[in-house]
Amino acid sequence: MIVEQLITSFFAAAGFGVIFNAPKKSLIQCGLVGMFGWLTYVLLINQAVDAVPATVAAAVVVAILSQLCAKLYKTPIIIFNVSGIIPLVPGGLAYDAMRNFVENDYNAALQLAAKAFLISGAIAMGLVLSEVINQLIRKSRWTK
Amino acid sequence: MKNNQNTNQIIKICLLAGKVMLQSGGETYRVEDTMMRMAASFGIKDSQSYVTPTGIMFSIEGTKATNFVRITERSTDLHKVTVVNSISRRISSGELTLSEASELLKEVEAQNHAYSLVIQILAAALVSGCFTIMFKGQWDDFMPAIIAGGIGFSSMVYFNHIVEIRFFAEFLASLIIGCLALLFIYLGVGHELDKIIIGSVMPLVPGLLITNAVRDLMAGHLVSGLSKGAEAFLTAFAIGAGIAVAFSFV
Repeated sequence: MIVEQLITSFFAAAGFGVIFNAPKKSLIQCGLVGMFGWLTYVLLINQAVDAVPATVAAAVVVAILSQLCAKLYKTPIIIFNVSGIIPLVPGGLAYDAMRNFVENDYNAALQLAAKAFLISGAIAMGLVLSEVINQLIRKSRWTK
Repeated sequence: MKNNQNTNQIIKICLLAGKVMLQSGGETYRVEDTMMRMAASFGIKDSQSYVTPTGIMFSIEGTKATNFVRITERSTDLHKVTVVNSISRRISSGELTLSEASELLKEVEAQNHAYSLVIQILAAALVSGCFTIMFKGQWDDFMPAIIAGGIGFSSMVYFNHIVEIRFFAEFLASLIIGCLALLFIYLGVGHELDKIIIGSVMPLVPGLLITNAVRDLMAGHLVSGLSKGAEAFLTAFAIGAGIAVAFSFV
């Protein structure tokens, strides 16, 4: 079951690299970043962790890996970031919310929409966290 | 006189680099940073750049006027962002002269997408199928999602050529996806309507915009961050509305 998730998330992230026209050399790294992000998310969800903290953790993993890749290959971080974050985007929830709105079940729709909004916020939180960590490391090196 | 001409050329190159980067989906802070670094390595220490998603302002201390470039078309082309980034690195390390850099940048601007449209559509189709499985769908729904996702993505590209308004293209594309998914269920090819639709819609989701919006807000580019956020929200809304209309046919 987990192998299935790993393979599909790799291809999904790498495929997004193609859609966004990422350089050919970085496609595999894009896929790997996306795969590890999704792996973190799925493992946490399987441990009955709530979706929001799981997304924060996954986003942190994605951001840290992207920063490593960006340093290593001297390319803009955005290439890895974007493809890695895509699987975490709450597309499913947003869709469910929309569907409930259409079916006039506003209570369920609002609940789902709030959750989707929180998860988007969680992705942002994860990205910010890793940025903060990165700056802390860099600044502490300079002051040495 | 010679010095003045030189300054003008530097301004031109910086603006061109900024324009290519911004049109290709580079982050605002990166565009500003690149332009100022390039100016600095050509010997202009004091330059100011202000970048928004729709325009770039750039001024150099000591010249008469501030220069402005209007950005009307925005797409996602991470390859170009990378190339411009590496050109600016080479300028900083003194490898490139003014005229060489100008040549290279013009070349980049004229470049086409690195992947052909067919490959992009195939990638979008594959992504759709993979997402269906990732959202705990069955393998039976893999093929329907691939077909719906591929057709959905191609129709978005097609409508984008015809209609100037991007949100409308996304709306139509997701409407088509919704109808296709309903058709697959009706024909008995697909099993779970929700999973097929979620998977097929994913290539249209504004992931780059969301990440860029957050990144810009963090870096203190409030205007850019908010306007990119608005663009992302409108896109998501267009997709949702398209699916909603498809549902109302049932």
